[in-house]
Amino acid sequence: MSVISGQSPGQGPGELGEGFDAGFESEGQLPPGVGPWKLAWRRLRRNRVAMFFGFVFLLIVVVCLLAPVYSTDIAHIGPNYGNPTGTFTLNGKTQFVLSQIGIPIGPTWDIHHYFLGADDQGRDVAVRLLYGGRTSLMIGAVATLITMIIGTLLGVFAGYFRGWWDAILRSANDVVWTYPAVLLGITIGTVLNIHGIGPLHGTNALVPAVVIGFVYVPYVFRPVRGQVLTLRERDFVDAARQQGLSHWRIMTSEILPNLSSTIVVFVPLIMANSILLEAGLTYLGAGVQPPNASWGTMISDGINNDIPTAFHNVLIPGLMLVIAVMSINIFGDGLRDALDPRSKIRVAR
Amino acid sequence: MSATEPPLLEISDLRVAFATEDGTVQAVDGVSFTVSRGEVVAIVGESGSGKSVTAMTLMGLPRGSNATFQGTATFDGTELVGASDEQLRRIRGAGIAMVFQDPMSSLDPVYRIGDQIVEQIRAHERKISKAQALDRAVTLMERVGIPRAAERLRSYPHEFSGGMRQRVMIAMALSCSPKLLIADEPTTALDVTIQAQILEELRKLRDETDAGVILVTHDLGVVADIADRVIVMYAGRVVEQGVLDDIFYDPQHPYTWGLLGSITRIDSDRSQRLPAIPGMPPSLLSPPKGCHFRPRCPHAFEKCVEVPPLEGHVANRPESLDRCWLTEDRKRALRQVDGQVGLRSTEPVIS
Amino acid sequence: MLRFVVRRMLVMVALLIVISMFTFAMFVLLLPNGNPAALLAGRLATPAEIHLISVRYGFDKPIYIQYIDTMKNIFTGQAYSYQSSFNVLDEIRAGMPATLSLAIGAGLIWLLVSILFGTIAAVRAGKYADRVLTVLSMIGVSMPPFFFGAILIYYVAYKANIIPIGGYVPFSQSVGGWFGHLVAPWITLSILFIGFYSRVLRSSILDSINEDYVRTARAKGLSERQVLIRHSLRNSLIPIISLWGLDFAQVIGGGAILTETVYNLHGVGELARDSIGRLDTITLMEIVILTGIAVVVIGAIVDVLVAYLDPRIRLA
Repeated sequence: MSVISGQSPGQGPGELGEGFDAGFESEGQLPPGVGPWKLAWRRLRRNRVAMFFGFVFLLIVVVCLLAPVYSTDIAHIGPNYGNPTGTFTLNGKTQFVLSQIGIPIGPTWDIHHYFLGADDQGRDVAVRLLYGGRTSLMIGAVATLITMIIGTLLGVFAGYFRGWWDAILRSANDVVWTYPAVLLGITIGTVLNIHGIGPLHGTNALVPAVVIGFVYVPYVFRPVRGQVLTLRERDFVDAARQQGLSHWRIMTSEILPNLSSTIVVFVPLIMANSILLEAGLTYLGAGVQPPNASWGTMISDGINNDIPTAFHNVLIPGLMLVIAVMSINIFGDGLRDALDPRSKIRVAR
Repeated sequence: MSATEPPLLEISDLRVAFATEDGTVQAVDGVSFTVSRGEVVAIVGESGSGKSVTAMTLMGLPRGSNATFQGTATFDGTELVGASDEQLRRIRGAGIAMVFQDPMSSLDPVYRIGDQIVEQIRAHERKISKAQALDRAVTLMERVGIPRAAERLRSYPHEFSGGMRQRVMIAMALSCSPKLLIADEPTTALDVTIQAQILEELRKLRDETDAGVILVTHDLGVVADIADRVIVMYAGRVVEQGVLDDIFYDPQHPYTWGLLGSITRIDSDRSQRLPAIPGMPPSLLSPPKGCHFRPRCPHAFEKCVEVPPLEGHVANRPESLDRCWLTEDRKRALRQVDGQVGLRSTEPVIS
Repeated sequence: MLRFVVRRMLVMVALLIVISMFTFAMFVLLLPNGNPAALLAGRLATPAEIHLISVRYGFDKPIYIQYIDTMKNIFTGQAYSYQSSFNVLDEIRAGMPATLSLAIGAGLIWLLVSILFGTIAAVRAGKYADRVLTVLSMIGVSMPPFFFGAILIYYVAYKANIIPIGGYVPFSQSVGGWFGHLVAPWITLSILFIGFYSRVLRSSILDSINEDYVRTARAKGLSERQVLIRHSLRNSLIPIISLWGLDFAQVIGGGAILTETVYNLHGVGELARDSIGRLDTITLMEIVILTGIAVVVIGAIVDVLVAYLDPRIRLA
């Protein structure tokens, strides 16, 4: 996981050649009246690859949100409805959902009947894929939210107050950082699954979301803290302090706005990794619990039941997961380039 | 300077442009000058005047597909503009050496000082053994005044002070006996006392080796200390050039007056505010028409929308050139501000 | 240098103590009523039975005594699984060869390939090769290892019969078998890291091009290749090595659970997963603590190595 040095957006176009006098790179070159965010958006829009994959991801989200529509109005089958002995008519011929030796049917490419085939319990893969996407994306979003909020709060707190608070928070984060995300995830996930804290127990899909959100906190905490450490020494923070503003005011109105581009850059990064970790934890039995569908449960079921008989049960959810995560990653890369103009040099050459 | 010998370096109508997202930046706009052996030529100007780009271009250092070069720069019989990478590589560090502004970051932090000097020697003299090269490194370091040189050879850059690092940089620049030394703001990042020592080293070196020196700086104190000739650049163009004393005591271009007027003088009246040149240097994306200094010049008149040529205007001083439409008499009259050379301010200067 | 090493070792020991306490607390405090005896005794146990188990395992003692006892058992190899009664250390030891083989092979592959790819991408930035490598690394960082593993198992093992379907053959038994069983896991595990590292190295090299010392190197008359390798790459490798240290240590500590599981390598990572499946807390705790030790110890070694690469750190 990368530690991205935070830069406020719009520090001037830095894409000039080397050996260029610093004077040219000043703010004077910026179009007047264009804010840093607007400038970043302009740069992002020009990055067609990033925009394309951002659109792909948006499309995936929309399609997954429409899962109930597809399930009730087009496929006429629920996501958890197993039909191992069922038959249906395809192009005038009667087809078995599972063959006599229990091998599920592959993709029929008929939008109404097992478009992407069936799994070993006779469930419709296409319907489950959409419902599973809802779960995976929801977990990714909630986990990202948790990580960003906790990581930013703790980071600002530790960096601003330093001293003992910083020492304690930093070592706590170091401990979490020490462990492989998957090992820590299955450990906490299992403990929560069995014993639970409040509503967080059993098959509740919030359990993996909370676990994943917790595991990635140090990835945000560290860079945020580092940036706050430098920000708090800056003149405008000094000025605020001398005006007698409260710590809370300084943190929220002076420091937080300067962190915004760092935070924004981390959102897609954490989101992509959260979705990946959900699948991993689920594969190991500590994530989303059956019969709930998620991309992780589907890949996991496919690996456990359908190699080598019905590989589409691994391939379809797996590819979907990879495409979704890759879209976020590529869009996130473009976002970082847009917010950190210095990195434009990389493209210019 | 004998008239028969060709100059060490002859730059003629050099132009460097950078293509950027927002348009073409003409960083160097038709610069011509010469440097002879044993001569210290100072290029003076604000940041953004093109002085560093000019210096870097001689080394072939501005890279990237967005830079375009025109004009000629002949060094010791070799054309530098458009030279192949390998040709430039052979000249860099051997024929022309460079000392950079910030000694703190100009040395590679992960290698020993001695190894970094040896690296340069062996890049140009393949046959020399490492031990021989190290011996030469010690000699060089002693020559630029680094005490206990043999010991300090094994030190890393972070174990040196800024002044000592700049001495290392100079030792390194000298390692292959260059004919031309380019020093880009060599003292800017240093304390005043160290500055004087470094300048002394440069002067000694010029005397001992007869190398030509190009000193790029914005500090007129440094210029007065060491330069033989001065070239004043503004917004990519040379606006005035001449012998040191002429520039300081009989400056022709209003921009030069402004520069001279903004130096603190011990003999001046302390109660006065230090005058600054009003306004900002122009954007090189869309420079003003005609004279680039026109928008900031209190003496500008209609003629100034035409580009003034770089010409000699002073009788019996062929080496003095300037780019200004004012007549000599007008210049003499206008540059007197409160009894000294300066640029009259048309508007109240914000201190 | 010696002072640096000693100081680093002291930090290491402190971190180890903190980590073991944290792990112990997580396992003990999160259990029902803070009492693993209730879990062990099962749902239908009487309070008397629970009490008996408590006494037998020492759960009735104060928490810090329990911590010390547990640590003593773990480090003397006296810890036994509550569920299977196996000696935990023996089980971990049995998994070590597979995990070590996976970690060392994959670690070397992903480090070397990333350096190669990252350097090529940086040198050819914006060109065709860079674009291809960028796409590949984007796929790499988006690929769950168990999915990629499943693809290899299906297409290369089942369909093409080139590699075995899974499992681990000890090196001592058959070198060819060992290698054959590990090729796919090595590739699978490496892909994720190659994608990430080569991107980091690429941008690090491109950033270093703007460094003053690289400009100096060029001004000295070095060739582009010398500037790249001796200065840009040499300095850009420092963060890569630090990164590699942590990831490599985590894999040694059983962090490659997904890869180990999909290929049935029976390594430490798979043991961790199995112990979770049967709620074998003592085994899991010992693995987690050993992982912590591995990360901290290898992290310290890598720090010393990095200090060797970067002289500034030694005196910091």
